[in-house]
Amino acid sequence: MNSGRRHTKKAFPWRRSLWIASLLTPALVVMVLFVLWPLLSAFRLAFYEFNGLQPTGFIGFENFRKVLFEQPYSGWTYNALKHNIIAFVALMVFENGTAFLLAYALLKALPGHRIHQVIVFLPVVLSAVIVGFLWKLFLHPLFGLVNQTLALVGIGAIPWLGNENTALGSVLFANVWHWLGFPTLVLLAGMQRVGKEVIEAARLDGAGDYVLMTRIIWPLIAPSVTIVTILTFIGSFNWFEIPYVMAGLTGSPGGATDVLGLYFYRTAFGSTTTGIQDFGQGSALAVMMFIIVAGVTAIALRYLRRREIEL
Amino acid sequence: MSRRRIGLALAAASLAWGLAASVAHATDISFWTWRQEDKAAYNELFADFTKANPDIHVKFESFPDENYPTIVSTALAAGKGGDVIHTHAYGWLEQFVKAGYFEPQDLTTVPSLANQPADALVAGTYRADKKVYSLPFASQTLGLFINKDVFTKAGLTPPTSWDEFITVSKALKDKGIYPLANGMGTSWFNEMFVAIFTNPFLGQDFVSDLTSGKTTFKDPRYVAALGKLLELRDYMPPGFEGIDYDTAGQLFISGKAAMLAGGSFDIASYRTQNPAINMDFVAPPMAKAGDTPQVTKFFDGGYAVNAKSANKEAALKLVNWMGTKEFGDKFSALLGNISPIKGVVIKDELLAHVAKLNETAMPHINVVYFRFEKPTGSELLQGDITKMMSGSITPDQLAADLTNGLAKWYKPFQGK
Repeated sequence: MNSGRRHTKKAFPWRRSLWIASLLTPALVVMVLFVLWPLLSAFRLAFYEFNGLQPTGFIGFENFRKVLFEQPYSGWTYNALKHNIIAFVALMVFENGTAFLLAYALLKALPGHRIHQVIVFLPVVLSAVIVGFLWKLFLHPLFGLVNQTLALVGIGAIPWLGNENTALGSVLFANVWHWLGFPTLVLLAGMQRVGKEVIEAARLDGAGDYVLMTRIIWPLIAPSVTIVTILTFIGSFNWFEIPYVMAGLTGSPGGATDVLGLYFYRTAFGSTTTGIQDFGQGSALAVMMFIIVAGVTAIALRYLRRREIEL
Repeated sequence: MSRRRIGLALAAASLAWGLAASVAHATDISFWTWRQEDKAAYNELFADFTKANPDIHVKFESFPDENYPTIVSTALAAGKGGDVIHTHAYGWLEQFVKAGYFEPQDLTTVPSLANQPADALVAGTYRADKKVYSLPFASQTLGLFINKDVFTKAGLTPPTSWDEFITVSKALKDKGIYPLANGMGTSWFNEMFVAIFTNPFLGQDFVSDLTSGKTTFKDPRYVAALGKLLELRDYMPPGFEGIDYDTAGQLFISGKAAMLAGGSFDIASYRTQNPAINMDFVAPPMAKAGDTPQVTKFFDGGYAVNAKSANKEAALKLVNWMGTKEFGDKFSALLGNISPIKGVVIKDELLAHVAKLNETAMPHINVVYFRFEKPTGSELLQGDITKMMSGSITPDQLAADLTNGLAKWYKPFQGK
């Protein structure tokens, strides 16, 4: 039987190659057309000056210089970048931290854990636009659920999305509410793979919940933590929908919720109410975002994988 | 079959053939716009056009406002897009003209350009070659909506000067009514809010000095006018920093607020939402009693012809018709907008009053003069005004940011 198969392979190697090629081609065409080509175009356009909507000439790194070193563009770039970094740190601590605790609670299979699992995951299936709109209503200064509840205890109207000090936190909160279920599920799946005998052995040795979580579960779910960390990083730097719905294209108030995704969009494609399109500077921002996301992801993956082995 | 029947059949066949032939010769053109809500009115207007030009049929196609520039530029770059394109004015239009996407219009191709006043034509003209590329369609006026019933119930008279505005607002607030419905939660409207309340303090002389390079936004007149905005905070709803323009409109039409800084473009919508509303649209408070009332005016956009249109002749014919008094009269009646076309009769009393206010209007400075290059005055002002209103920067800082940002491309500001 085996020798027969080998014989077929030798006799018709081109058939097998053709078969593999025919399977790969559709995906490859889609990748080239919709991923590689736009990416290469963005790289090319980042080096061109635009007069109106047409490229007028090659200007080297001028677009990069402007967005990195020339005011007011550089100020806007670093402001948006700062918010992306804050978003990553905040999501790691509040979203993934809560997700870890929730996953551990669900692992313990307390009464009603199945319904809790559904409730935690439910917002994930909603569209980001719906979530953003919903929380914009909840946080409305006059009619919102949050302020109406606070009014019961005598707290006055707080402009959650209108105050520079609370706007980013409010948008992040909505994001945590939306996505909490995803890391919870990934971490729970990781925890469920930890052998029961390991947990029981730790329990017999007198380990409490804290020791079990920090010394046993945490090291053993390292692959899940790697996935969650990388996805959170990519999500934080490609963040667009919820800030766009809740704070608008300008990242209001006064850029307090501006992130690179919003800044890129309004630079490249303009806005009816703010001004004109600049594909050159927009492409430079897109290239920088790509370099940050791809570069940091590659380095982080290397580090986290090594950590998985060490642990 | 009798001869008569054969004759009838032949006559019917030739009629059908003739009809089919006429349909085959008809030209179908498309009209692209962001004004989805105006579909019924435009279809009625286009039906009138087709009645006068039976060989041209116009299809109305609309796209979301926020993505309209992207959709239009992408289509035009690919040599596609509508035959007639609804455009915004000034800097928005200029980037499309620079790319060669629109056909120039002159008195030969669009004779109805002669019906347009000079300031309207500026909105559709490319500064470099002084040619018109978009036939202006409407002027918009920014001013103060007054809920007359609220004032009557409160036993107060709408204010005309700044001092009166403050006195009346205090009285309204004491009665539990929000004096001014506006908040700062909508970036694009915040810029209009600034124009509405600062223009009466600036006057035409400031505009002349600014556009001739004699002064910048750091001018004490501008800084002082910005300072006046800070006084408004006490009379806006609690949490005004987070209240958007839609909410402000609801507070106004529901009678919870007495006044609303807004645009004439919302008159029709407020009437639809509350048909019983008894409202007026007036000039914002003047710097001092007796000054000339000064609303803010700008032209919203126009109608341009796609340079790559396969039906350019028909498209130009449509645009020319859209510049006639016949179109302007019906356009104003159906859409509650003020057509700039000379001689247009506005039957609606409130709209006619707004048109009268326009005679002494100030321009919307940022839109008319500072949206041509990056960074635009709009980007800079929209970014800073919420900070100023929340107290994290001063009017001086906003004025400096605006001047320094614009100095990147506006030569008269460079080095000042």
